[in-house]
Amino acid sequence: MRIAIVDYAAGNLRSVQRACQEVGLEAFISADPAEVLAADKVIFPGVGSAVSAVDTLHQRGLFDALLEFHQTGKPVLGICLGCQIVLEYTEEGNKDCLALIRGVVERFDFADRHFKVPHMGWNSVEIQQSHPLLQEVSSGDEFYFVHAYYVRPTDAETIIGMTDYNIEFCSILAKDNLFATQFHLEKSGKKGLSILEAFGRWDGGSHVK
Amino acid sequence: MLSKRIISCLDVRDGKLAKSIKFVDTKDIGDPVEKAKEYYDDGLDELVFYDITASSDRRDIMLDVVEAVAEKVFIPFSVGGGIRSVEDANKLLWAGAEKINVNSAAVLRPELISECAHAIGDQNVVLSMDILKGKISNQLPSGYEVVINGGRKRMGIDALRWALRGEELGAGELVVNSIDADGTKQGYEINLTRMIAEAVSIPVIASGGAGKPEHLYEVLTEGKADAALIASMLHYGEYTVSGLKQWLDSKGVKVRLKY
Repeated sequence: MRIAIVDYAAGNLRSVQRACQEVGLEAFISADPAEVLAADKVIFPGVGSAVSAVDTLHQRGLFDALLEFHQTGKPVLGICLGCQIVLEYTEEGNKDCLALIRGVVERFDFADRHFKVPHMGWNSVEIQQSHPLLQEVSSGDEFYFVHAYYVRPTDAETIIGMTDYNIEFCSILAKDNLFATQFHLEKSGKKGLSILEAFGRWDGGSHVK
Repeated sequence: MLSKRIISCLDVRDGKLAKSIKFVDTKDIGDPVEKAKEYYDDGLDELVFYDITASSDRRDIMLDVVEAVAEKVFIPFSVGGGIRSVEDANKLLWAGAEKINVNSAAVLRPELISECAHAIGDQNVVLSMDILKGKISNQLPSGYEVVINGGRKRMGIDALRWALRGEELGAGELVVNSIDADGTKQGYEINLTRMIAEAVSIPVIASGGAGKPEHLYEVLTEGKADAALIASMLHYGEYTVSGLKQWLDSKGVKVRLKY
């Protein structure tokens, strides 16, 4: 099985690669659209600014490659910034994104200074719908977040997990062969690794093989 | 709601846990990677490695330690000690650290904070501050003074002003380390921690003085800290991460219990 980690100059991809290794998955890092398209599964991670991320995706021809890969029905896993860019549009630099899921990305804007932005640290996820990648995850399990923007999917059926940080926001979303987490599952201990392990077994459908 | 974080600090000299940390079995001092893994398995939320290697030509050893930790430990960790440039920071991040930690070098050259924040992102830059209590004066309106070089050199800089300046320069988190409390096991400097936590909009990690679970409770509630740094409480085997977390949970502090 060939798992491609998409390299669009957005953060430390090696930590995702190491996490794959820990659960027995071999993954390669690639910025080459042809290599990404030839993979069996794609992981789309990322930290940092959505503005430069979307620009880099276009410059490297990865934007279209991701759209095309997604069309094949093979599994796609988005992490953090990668979870945001799958929506239609982000407020961060007013960028059009991949539009694999309907909805937008907005910035946390709190009058109450008690709620610091970025939202950083361990927070719990309430599971809204079961999903093959969440077999080892229960409502209330905690994951590691670092983000100032959050996703607002249009369709309730794409919302898999919700998290409370002054407001309730979507922290896991999924549709068909796409699954994405706002938190860093590669830095979320064994609960996070369990999602990655399940991704290794996932065929992109509603069941794990 | 965010959980309060329990963070442990490991001092590393020439790739080994520093001798200043007296483990129960002194023969086992050697390996910071194993200690990190042990705490990770027991539910620690984050780690800080402090490189106290004296000679700069041996710094590459630290990169090996960071690589080895990153292969075994899947929680965020930061590395501090000897970071003087963006290049130093990038090397550590590439080796697997999540964040970098600056202290004395940033006091001497504050632009180091903004340079690192610009290069690797605000959220990945932690400003550690070593602080001594002083007398309230025009120079020290908060009554607390920034010191460097492990507390040996007073800088005549007000701690609260430095915290705000650090935030403005792009630090994503602050470690508030009280030199007065450090090593006493009599509890964190609650007033200092609360004063800074109430003034800034970035997370504050309290450091120095932890000896009992009650001290963690105090600083995470009354002290308004987002996280508590502990070292000897764990290193001597007196307490465990999971035990401390269960106790904090029983007192109503939200901590991550399932891992």
